[in-house]
Amino acid sequence: MSEGAPVNAPETLHEVTLVVNGVRRSGSVPARRTLSDFLRHDLRLTGTHVGCEHGVCGACTVLLEGEPVRSCLLLAVTVDGAEVTTVEGCCRGDGSLGAVQQAFQECHGLQCGFCTPGFVTTITAYLRDHPDPDEPAAREAIAGNLCRCTGYQNIVASVLRAAELRRREGA
Amino acid sequence: MTTRLFGEPVQRQEDPRLLSGQGRYLDDLGHDALAAAFVRSPHAHARVLDVDVTEALEVDGLVAVYTYEDLEGRVGERLPLLIPHPSLTEPRTAYALARDEVNHVGEAVVMVVARDRYVAEDACDRIRVAYEPLPPVVGVAAARAADRLVHGDVPGNVAAHLVEEVGDARAAIAAAPHVLELDLQVERSASMPMEGRGVYARWDADDRSLRVYSSTQASTSVRAALAAKLGLPLDRVEVIAPDVGGGFGVKIVHPWPEEILVPWAALRLGQEVKWVEDRREHFVASAHERGQLQQVRVGFDDDGRLLGLDVAFWHDNGAYTPYGVIVPIITATQLLGPYKPGAYRCEWWSLYTNTVIVTPYRGAGRPQGVYAMERTMDAIADELGLDRAEVRAGNFIQPEEMPYDQGLLFQDGRPLVYDSGDYPAGLEKLKGLVGWDDFETTRERARAEGRRVGIGLACYVEGTGVGPYEGGWVKVETDGSVVVATGLTTQGQGHQTAFAQIVAAELGVPIERVTVTTGDTRRFRYSVGTFASRAAVMSGNAVGAAARKVRHKALRIAGEALEADPRDLEVVDGEVRVKGVPSASIPLATVAVLSNPLRYAFDEQAKLATQFAGTADLSRPPVPEGEEPGLEATGYYSPPRSTFASGMHAVVVETDPETAEIRVLRYCVVHDCGTLVNPMIVEGQVHGGVAQGVGGALYERMAYDESGQLLNASYMDFLMPYSTEVPHIETDHLETPSPLNPLGIKGAGEAGVIPGMAVFAAAIEDAEGFRISRMPISPSELHDLRLRHAAGEVPPLRRHLRHHDDQEDSG
Repeated sequence: MSEGAPVNAPETLHEVTLVVNGVRRSGSVPARRTLSDFLRHDLRLTGTHVGCEHGVCGACTVLLEGEPVRSCLLLAVTVDGAEVTTVEGCCRGDGSLGAVQQAFQECHGLQCGFCTPGFVTTITAYLRDHPDPDEPAAREAIAGNLCRCTGYQNIVASVLRAAELRRREGA
Repeated sequence: MTTRLFGEPVQRQEDPRLLSGQGRYLDDLGHDALAAAFVRSPHAHARVLDVDVTEALEVDGLVAVYTYEDLEGRVGERLPLLIPHPSLTEPRTAYALARDEVNHVGEAVVMVVARDRYVAEDACDRIRVAYEPLPPVVGVAAARAADRLVHGDVPGNVAAHLVEEVGDARAAIAAAPHVLELDLQVERSASMPMEGRGVYARWDADDRSLRVYSSTQASTSVRAALAAKLGLPLDRVEVIAPDVGGGFGVKIVHPWPEEILVPWAALRLGQEVKWVEDRREHFVASAHERGQLQQVRVGFDDDGRLLGLDVAFWHDNGAYTPYGVIVPIITATQLLGPYKPGAYRCEWWSLYTNTVIVTPYRGAGRPQGVYAMERTMDAIADELGLDRAEVRAGNFIQPEEMPYDQGLLFQDGRPLVYDSGDYPAGLEKLKGLVGWDDFETTRERARAEGRRVGIGLACYVEGTGVGPYEGGWVKVETDGSVVVATGLTTQGQGHQTAFAQIVAAELGVPIERVTVTTGDTRRFRYSVGTFASRAAVMSGNAVGAAARKVRHKALRIAGEALEADPRDLEVVDGEVRVKGVPSASIPLATVAVLSNPLRYAFDEQAKLATQFAGTADLSRPPVPEGEEPGLEATGYYSPPRSTFASGMHAVVVETDPETAEIRVLRYCVVHDCGTLVNPMIVEGQVHGGVAQGVGGALYERMAYDESGQLLNASYMDFLMPYSTEVPHIETDHLETPSPLNPLGIKGAGEAGVIPGMAVFAAAIEDAEGFRISRMPISPSELHDLRLRHAAGEVPPLRRHLRHHDDQEDSG
């Protein structure tokens, strides 16, 4: 018999406030609620996907204070007050596709689309820091994310194309 | 506005939605639904003695706990055997929840429903199941030895046994000038879509109807199964496959235990219930494939031509056979590839083991068959000292021999007759692409640098587009937009785009005006499903047929309005016009209005179709006999038999002399899937298949221990390739249209994975100089083979010996 905390009592809830894609969002969650579940089921931002629940596949990658993190490995309460960017926040202000997303469409960088949000966020942060990658660097940049559909070739091409689009926009 | 159509690399219509986080996958739905979780067997083989749920009942937020005893009516019966076959004499399927025995780790024993998934799992943790462990059968060899049985009433663990023979193979081999024998082995792998399975059910008590969302490849059949299991009229059940995060075969199986139990619970509780599979569950409770032991005896002449081929293989079907024996049937038939085998005999056994069930994973038995045949081709070439490509070419079926009857029955129960293909042209393209004839220079250059490289090639023929049928529905709305529906489902193949291309081309409308829905039984009720590289062939031709009907109807109605002969009309950019007289035209939108005579004008457009508009021909009824209102039509495509795509791959590998690491230097693909609807999408399918081929050859395996525990049931331990493991893929296409369907299409979905194991085995063997007979192969296994080779336990390839002799001669 388990001797842990009593499970027949309602869970204690904690107030969590995040700035998600530039908007202040709050919710009351148990301490064990993952950031991915908080984003998906409490804030209803379902663009962030969960593929493995143990931090390997990268589908749940979001940007925390601008840096890529695995939202399935973080508890929402531990990032209270932080700024989070999800795939929904990688669109332009008018809702149209951002540079990375547009590159994915042009290069056929997605098939089923389930892993795609994690790639989009990862690449967004990568290109901010490395605006002009070559092919091997682009391949390395996405080497922490799993995709079962594309064989990665068109995702690598998407990274390079997104870099080109960003440069063009910057010019 | 540009109308870019059939055959163009049109960008995908589904992408903006999926890229901006607006996809609707299973777990994106039903946020307020109750959550289900399952207590699963920790034993590979055990009797279930007792289930004690007492402690779980205290959990705050618990709604219900169900064991086998609670299942009512047909829900408590065994799951259906989806594909019966005469050879499958001992089929066994599971119960939705284990009744008194469990046969693999992961089998569902108890279902818990609670406020959310966290709470449901709390409750699962507090359920005590008492088991009496039984000795498990793990691996094909143990199943074949049959010292222990999986099912006590299935002798020898043999679910199915089949012998097929064309000619007298054993006599042909006995009379052949050369004979070789090969012992081969392939380990288990799995589809591993990034999104696991999932089910979300809503019972509408007022409407007495059930809506189920499932991450499935076969929504119409899930619907039929649910209606039957739950005792509901079929028209009170609707099943929708929302966006699906990959399938690769595993999601064609249905109804899964969870797929019945979740809707059943929703109905009982009168509340929405959802279950989303976690990754560990996907490893231990969905399905695997690939595991086989194979023995090949082959007789051939001095030129390497096959005279007789005698194959025996033992197929691991896991604990149950809900999907029948489709996988070994495909291995046995598709093994023949692009070759004339001489006389052919194939005998196989499908065996029970206490492991996860085996059902099709992309390739579905073909990778194993191609592996057996291509290993054989390489062995023949080596035995005779001939070029490996030449031996293959000498055995090819020639284009002028098409259609070619292999004399067997294929997986669709129809004759294995290849409809078209040009294998010699494919081989020439591949040799050119990879630089086959110049490879010795590359090898010598590498050798001079102390590097070890090898090249391999492998060919396959893939039966695609199996029946029985698919249907399509096309409608032009009164605003000129076109809606299309087909019953089969989508898991990333770009159907919304490819089918829109076909309809837009047939109908003469801009593709931007066409919207396609798949896998929703509310929109199209008759369908088989997405598997066997069949979607483009089947639904492509079905929506094409429906669009042609709509076009004819539009021309007829427009002919009356324009007072022109329909034969003189054409549809261009959504306008019906008189050929050569562009001014005499009528928009399709208006034709759609006229096609539906109205009493009530609900908008400006509709006024045209009302009774006092003066547009009606008063000499006949508003809807003439034999006609139906609306500019819409339904079409079906049902093929006489499968259409056979083909291809060949070549790979150049480098093996590290010290660490035995295997690196891919080049990967080349020549692919023929008939007429291309969208070359960009086809190429993407090939890439993805190749990546899974790389995984299956070098990394992925299900590591079961002797007690039937899956030791690598996580993404940490089951090694799927990342971008750093998949090479750049060089592709070239042939287009040999299928004569069997109006669009000339052959399937493309599975192709890329099929020759993976075979081509890597060939290249690694070529680099190392000794035979590779077991796949996948890891660096440590290769290292071990090297040691055994050095110890004289693994014989060298003959060409390796000859090479050494040559060097000694010249030295």
